[in-house]
Amino acid sequence: MSNFLLLPIIIPFFFGMLLMFAPKNIRYQRIGAMTGLTIALVTAIALLFKVKNEGIQVVTFGDWPAPFGITLVSDTVSALLVLTSVILAFFTVWYSISAIGKERESFFYYPGILFMLTGVNGAFTTGDIFNLFVFFEVLLMSSYLLIVLGGEKAQLRESIKYILVNVISSAIFVITVAFLYSVVGTLNMADIAVKIAAIGQPGIITVIAVLFLIVFGLKAAIFPLYFWLPSSYAAPPIPVLALFGALLTKVGVYAITRTYTLFFVHDTGFTHELLMILSVLTILAGCIGALAYFDVKKIIIYNIIIAVGVILFGVSQMNDNALMGSMFYLIHDMLIKAALFFLVGIIIAVTGTSDLRKMGGLMKTHPALGWFYLIAAFGLAGIPPLSGFVGKLLIVRGGFEAGNLGASIWILLSSLVVLLSVIRIFIYAFWGKEQGSLQQIDKGQYRMMFIPTAILVMLTVFYGVGSEWITPFMQDAANILNNPSVYTDAVLKE
Amino acid sequence: MKTNDVILKTTAQVVFFIIFLFSIHIFLAGHFAPGGGFVGGLLTSSALVLLLLAYDLKTVQTLLPINYTIMTASGLVLALGTASIGMFLGRPFFKHYFDHFYLPLIGDTELHTAMLFDTGVYLVVVGVTMTIIQSIGGDD
Repeated sequence: MSNFLLLPIIIPFFFGMLLMFAPKNIRYQRIGAMTGLTIALVTAIALLFKVKNEGIQVVTFGDWPAPFGITLVSDTVSALLVLTSVILAFFTVWYSISAIGKERESFFYYPGILFMLTGVNGAFTTGDIFNLFVFFEVLLMSSYLLIVLGGEKAQLRESIKYILVNVISSAIFVITVAFLYSVVGTLNMADIAVKIAAIGQPGIITVIAVLFLIVFGLKAAIFPLYFWLPSSYAAPPIPVLALFGALLTKVGVYAITRTYTLFFVHDTGFTHELLMILSVLTILAGCIGALAYFDVKKIIIYNIIIAVGVILFGVSQMNDNALMGSMFYLIHDMLIKAALFFLVGIIIAVTGTSDLRKMGGLMKTHPALGWFYLIAAFGLAGIPPLSGFVGKLLIVRGGFEAGNLGASIWILLSSLVVLLSVIRIFIYAFWGKEQGSLQQIDKGQYRMMFIPTAILVMLTVFYGVGSEWITPFMQDAANILNNPSVYTDAVLKE
Repeated sequence: MKTNDVILKTTAQVVFFIIFLFSIHIFLAGHFAPGGGFVGGLLTSSALVLLLLAYDLKTVQTLLPINYTIMTASGLVLALGTASIGMFLGRPFFKHYFDHFYLPLIGDTELHTAMLFDTGVYLVVVGVTMTIIQSIGGDD
């Protein structure tokens, strides 16, 4: 049935509604959230294979023909991202059960996560530019709830910044869509691509492309627009931080990828050059931040910014290798960032501090935690059998093919900085003498936090080792990104 | 000091019903004239706000013992349910259906599933507005 691609969006939405009926019943909340996400996970996996076997899935709401109704399009790119975000929401909820605390659980925490997942999955799947805006708002509204929930002083302060920045960027988004609509006269993404190709991207479209880069760059935290991210993300509790770090910026990255591979492909000398310069600067800014801090949360947060730069560098190259690398790296980064935040959360829970200088000697008391952290850290840096390797290799190869030697070498050098920044956590927290009062949480709670984390880390290892199996999906995704006609033909054929 | 606001209270009792009926009219008119679920919902909540101004929060809560969170959630379920009708009948999501029915007293009437969706919107708007006003007003 053609409606199948809607299920990963509707199911979390429906369960979020159901959870609103009894917010104080914590058992009901936990079971409801886990059930909803399990069903969503099954449908997301089924959707990925359906897209792989039967080609791009398209449904237009209300049986209206394609450019007039709202179209939802599930190609390999969005099916992969939807699957990854459902997996991450599933693990986050599992981890939250022991990590978030009853106060928050009884105040719409799980509905918040489920509604946010609705927004994220919708943004990945939609084929209509204004609908993309609506789904952005759905996920942002839920993220406002999650960032402020609990009402600590830091959360209140940072949520004001976060909301201000996002309200402004949403306003620019609406203005940009208005500009685009006044030029091409349509909102359907496939139709926009066709119309822009017909008029051959005059100057006004390039201006709109840069405006889109500003809008989505604010959401995705690229170089001059990342200022709000480090302090905002440090405020909420760890499971929320993991969800934000893994999903929210990636929606912005996806939106840049989609618009820059589908719409604005006729003046790449300007737009993609700009994107490349900004991504290189983003990596630089992230590297400086990742080395500057002794706060474990801040170090990983700056690594988000580095990864955004690496992915967008791949997108700006516009050849098969680099785009495939970007897809590989995007999925890898979503998984590994969530895993790292979970691990860091356990370290903070065990030591009771997020300051590296006050930790030490965890290897003796928590060897399993140490080894899993080391695997995740190596995965992030891209040590060969692990998950970060293939993506970065392909991105760098694509960069060399496109003739951007300096920038590609800079990507390779940044890996060293990434490795140094995360190994510093390992050295400070796990080596040396024991410091402070350890074991501030009881055994059962520790186990409940460690099991989902360990499974997620093993999943990233599988992603790296089994990249042979994943490659066909990524090739498909890169093919769609590199040939906009595949996408537009699938949507506009009816 | 206790102020005597008998005029306000008496007027509010009458005006509440006028506003409420007007909101229902606006809500039902949505398909062929300006109006619909959003405006209708806002007008209904403004009628409730008038009651809140004339009386206090507690009186209105005893008068209308509605849990507005549950009202919002049921509105969402109704809206999603209406949108999903098409899915269960093998058509695309959000497919709407309509037909003419003969109703007693009113006669030939066109009924449309968009009405159910609008009812969902109406419930959500009333629920959300009243939740906001009650939680700000009831905050000490």
